[in-house]
Amino acid sequence: MESQRTVRRIEIETHPRARFDGRAVDPTARDLLDKMRNWVGIVPRRIATRKVYLLDIAMSDAEAQRVLEALVDPVGERGCLGRLDDRADDDGTLPWVVTVHFLPGVTDVVGRTVRRVVSDELGRPIEGAAASGRQVLLWGLEREDVERVAREVLYNPLIERVRIERPPRSDDVEFPRAGVPQTPPVRTVPLRDADDETLLSISRKGMLALSLAEMRAIAAHFRACGRDPTDAELECLAQTWSEHCKHKIFSARIDYTGPDGERRIVDGLFKTFIRAATDEVARNRAAAGIDGGAPFLVSVFHDNAGVVRFTERDHLVYKVETHNSPSALDPYGGALTGIVGVNRDSFGTGIGADLLANVWGYCFGPPDYAGRLPEGLMHPRRIRDGVHHGVIDGGNHSGIPYMRGWEIFDPCYAGKPLVFCGTVAVMPVESAGRPTHEKPVSVGDFVVMVGGRIGKDGIHGATFSSLELSAEAPVRAVQLGDPIVQKMMFDALTEARDLGLVSGLTDNGAGGLSSSVGEMAELTGGARIDLARAPLKYPGLAPWEILVSEAQERMTVAVPPDRIDAFLDLCARREVEATVLGTFTDTGRFEVFYGDAQVVDLPLEFLHDGVPRMELSAEWSPRAVTPTSNRVSHPSVADALLGLLARPGFASLEHYARHYDHEVKGLSVVKPLLGVRGDVPATATVMRARHGRDEGVVLAEGVHPFYGAFDPKVMAHAAVEEGVRRVLCAGARIDRIAALDNFCWPDPIASEKTPDGRFKLGQLVRCCEGLYEACVAFGVPLVSGKDSMKNDAVFEGVKISILPTLLVSVLGQMDDVRRAITLRPSRPGDVLFLLGPPDAAPVLTEYERAFGVPPGDTAPPPSPETCRSWARAFVDVRDRGWVRAAHAAGRGGLAVALAHMVLASDLGLDVVLDSVPADARAVLFGENLGRYLAVVPDEHAEAFAAATSAHRIGTVTETGRLAIRRKGRTLAALDVDTLRRAYRTEEDAHG
Amino acid sequence: MAETTGRPRVLVPTGYGLNCEAETIYAVERAGGCPVAMHISDWVHRGPSVLDDVAMVVFIGGFSFGDHIASGRALAHLLRARMGDALARFVDEGGIVLGICNGFQTLVKMGLLPALGRTAGGPLATQQVTLTANERLGYRDAWVRLRVDPASPCVFTRDLGDLVFSCPARHGEGRLVFGEHATYEALSAAGQIPVRYVDADGHPTEHWPDNPNGSRGGAAGLCDATGRIFGLMPHPEAFAYPENHPHWDVGAGEEPIAARLLGAGLTHARSS
Repeated sequence: MESQRTVRRIEIETHPRARFDGRAVDPTARDLLDKMRNWVGIVPRRIATRKVYLLDIAMSDAEAQRVLEALVDPVGERGCLGRLDDRADDDGTLPWVVTVHFLPGVTDVVGRTVRRVVSDELGRPIEGAAASGRQVLLWGLEREDVERVAREVLYNPLIERVRIERPPRSDDVEFPRAGVPQTPPVRTVPLRDADDETLLSISRKGMLALSLAEMRAIAAHFRACGRDPTDAELECLAQTWSEHCKHKIFSARIDYTGPDGERRIVDGLFKTFIRAATDEVARNRAAAGIDGGAPFLVSVFHDNAGVVRFTERDHLVYKVETHNSPSALDPYGGALTGIVGVNRDSFGTGIGADLLANVWGYCFGPPDYAGRLPEGLMHPRRIRDGVHHGVIDGGNHSGIPYMRGWEIFDPCYAGKPLVFCGTVAVMPVESAGRPTHEKPVSVGDFVVMVGGRIGKDGIHGATFSSLELSAEAPVRAVQLGDPIVQKMMFDALTEARDLGLVSGLTDNGAGGLSSSVGEMAELTGGARIDLARAPLKYPGLAPWEILVSEAQERMTVAVPPDRIDAFLDLCARREVEATVLGTFTDTGRFEVFYGDAQVVDLPLEFLHDGVPRMELSAEWSPRAVTPTSNRVSHPSVADALLGLLARPGFASLEHYARHYDHEVKGLSVVKPLLGVRGDVPATATVMRARHGRDEGVVLAEGVHPFYGAFDPKVMAHAAVEEGVRRVLCAGARIDRIAALDNFCWPDPIASEKTPDGRFKLGQLVRCCEGLYEACVAFGVPLVSGKDSMKNDAVFEGVKISILPTLLVSVLGQMDDVRRAITLRPSRPGDVLFLLGPPDAAPVLTEYERAFGVPPGDTAPPPSPETCRSWARAFVDVRDRGWVRAAHAAGRGGLAVALAHMVLASDLGLDVVLDSVPADARAVLFGENLGRYLAVVPDEHAEAFAAATSAHRIGTVTETGRLAIRRKGRTLAALDVDTLRRAYRTEEDAHG
Repeated sequence: MAETTGRPRVLVPTGYGLNCEAETIYAVERAGGCPVAMHISDWVHRGPSVLDDVAMVVFIGGFSFGDHIASGRALAHLLRARMGDALARFVDEGGIVLGICNGFQTLVKMGLLPALGRTAGGPLATQQVTLTANERLGYRDAWVRLRVDPASPCVFTRDLGDLVFSCPARHGEGRLVFGEHATYEALSAAGQIPVRYVDADGHPTEHWPDNPNGSRGGAAGLCDATGRIFGLMPHPEAFAYPENHPHWDVGAGEEPIAARLLGAGLTHARSS
């Protein structure tokens, strides 16, 4: 049989008969058509789509024909080797043919599977690779329109190439080959005698994001060694010392001046506020004897995710991350990498946890943004679409349901979107007879890299995220994940854990091997690896690139010598690549070789503790919040509510959210969307953690960037308080709540680029103070957290900085999910109570953002201690069984919360505000903390009122109408259909 | 058909991106079966004899090989070559096969469903229908209601009368394309469409959202002529507890279908 190594092209399109009993246009084409219409206002007369594969694999013509048949669906598709016929339209017009292929080196998950099918079909091992592409045929457009559609809808030049042609097309078999045959040599960087200017220039040109003080410290270290560093050593230090990995701002010594002019030294924000809050809570719990002999906190802060006690068999693990900069450049790939990356964090805790649920939350520029965007920035709606799509694919393909999802929109997020992704996992208390949350790595254990191969993707991700975003962003900072390779890796590693084959593992994320091996080396006091053994996607990577690449789907695993054969055999059977790179040692050094040549020789002490501590200065005092417009007249209460319900961030998210799987694993109890139509966001979600058990996990969050503009301390109170209030509404135990903090900040270091750095750092100090106060007041420990400190974008000289944004993710527990509570009223005649403060807090409410005028007089926000007393009062009546439904009034105030209850039930609410002292508008649209809405059976109403300070504000009716009255006057009377029309405006715009 | 400790053994192949093993194993246990989860690579390695002491095989949901080329295509290609004849023989000898979501897509693309014209002892049929992109593009997770065809030979549903039950549908490529009208008519007449999506009035529907993918006649699943091979897009195994139902919170739930449907299939496995 004669095999030829020529690149073969396969094109596949929908067979006309596949539309036989469907509609006229194929769904992929229809989806593109919608985007063209909505995004750029260009509509072709006709559109069709095709799949394209390029095979760089030696095979005979007969084999190629068999491969074609294996790839084409015999009923739904037709395809050919070479090019399909580009038919003219009925009137003889030829289409424009737009073909998109990945650039060399970009992860091509489809290409990988095609290669697999070719190998299966040919029944022999094969050399070479396959690549995928896609083709869109457009009839009835001018060339410039086609080019615009290609640019703004069909491809992303950072990761793809495009070809736009009229038939007859040329033969395009340009295979995306990456790499060069020769391995670049290791360079020495002359640092010892460099002056300050040279040091800074080395840092800047190398994208190292190292400050002058840090460069000086490195130079001093190598002067003492009597040599200059290699490029690999410098890169390794840059990754390890990056803000992303080292959290330098959170450990800096800060000279802080507070609002009353008092000045003090903050000896590290993390130590002073975050860790201190958790320690204080732990002490208080111990003193009160809450946990008996089994402390609630199992493992906090030092591992990839926090671990808390759950049942006698399982712990819970939780981590939330951000992936902001990559999502700005390649929204799909950046966000996908965000979710599969945080999966690895929770998975890589201890010796491995079982992934249970994902959460996501996004801050975007407004989807209807009409202002001019600087060159290089994508429109917020394209970012929004791509981010959703990426997290949808990442989560669904991994078989992990999502449990929380939210969006916030503001122009401050148009430069850099915030993409929060988190994963809850459940961890067996013991596996193979050992505690699962520990990493018992010993000297002599092998360093094994497992999962995907290494390429240039994601090089400098950690340092890149430590810089502001600009048009010069490096292409290779974008990674693309492959959730299936990762899922296969997780499956194999879970088996390995249960067989006792693994003594430790960690994620290869930011900083790649330099971080993962460098960190695990601390467990034994050293590690020695050989980069020449590491499997590469393509040849020609320099040793330093292999060391710091952030190519996805990789874990670093420690395997004891007597288990290594079993481990490698298991991985081979599961088709998961595993390579021994070296061993853990106790030399006190991180030693990296490339073959025989040593390329890194760094003492662990210098690598991990050598970074000079930053000395920063900060101040904070209140600043007036600028209103968004000068409007002075209020809309009617009814118009205001309908207007809010239609706003992005409040309108139904169902259009996006239903694309995320939330049922896989079969454990859902209170789903993220609920109600008669399944379109109302749950106050908090509840799920079982294991089959056959009734204990549940309760999830919610608090995020209040607009409080931050008023006072970052109150933002932190609000975030903790609302997250806690939400899980309590759903039925969580008040004594088993843990929280995670995610800080996203604009650059808070004063410089020429950031003249207001002192104030922004002051906001951070103030926020941390608030977080400490609220966590201690509620007895809620912080078990894990992350900060992202450079959320600024500079394009065309214009700087867009985000509002300081704190996300507090709350992890609650309940003993029996069958007692879970939702916001959905079910019995007419039940009584509605409002527990908590009636006043409006002095913050920028959604009402003011929408209508340019505050909803009414304001009062100071209640203290965390006061909020805690309301929480306890609520839990007390809840646990007596007096609460049939409950909801938390959050952004948008009481009015939006009441609308949710009507939308969820199709029942009515008769709300009478006579008993509430404050102004009606302030009550309805104010966004104060601590407000619980409780639906109470009539027979318990009297007892409920007596046991709490709650205001009785209405009753559940059968009318399907939200009526709001005060002193005999009707302020609003809105039937559920009217509410729903407003609530689903945005979705209807999507068709 | 061999049994272990009195409970019929149910093979649940796993791996390669499949992900519904936990709920399927739980449903099999609740239905009185003995689940045997096995990575497909181990199954292929050990060979067809794995089926010798198994009463039922459940092909689970997920994204086998990422569904990158088309849903189920790569796994079907692998299994048809390595296990196709063994599975055909398994069914000829009274074995029972269930495919859910990706499992259904795989069965269809292997030719095990609907297998029109295939007779016992004959070779595996070719692929006769397909499952492709939903009419409204994209993955969708929402509960649907299915009506059982009481005239179907399907062993999982034939004891359920014309029951209407709920469960979640979660797929992006669930639209059944029959290619020829005659294929649809023949399958419909033979009762080989055991479950259909129904609207609020209980009538089969082609309209979104009650029918999430636009399948003709509301077809949600298929069985072969013997009724011993059954595949469907929605996920009955994911309705395992009363609290899975989206309206349990207001006391408007239903009896979970997972163990009931699996149990009905197992009843016939035992008696075969």
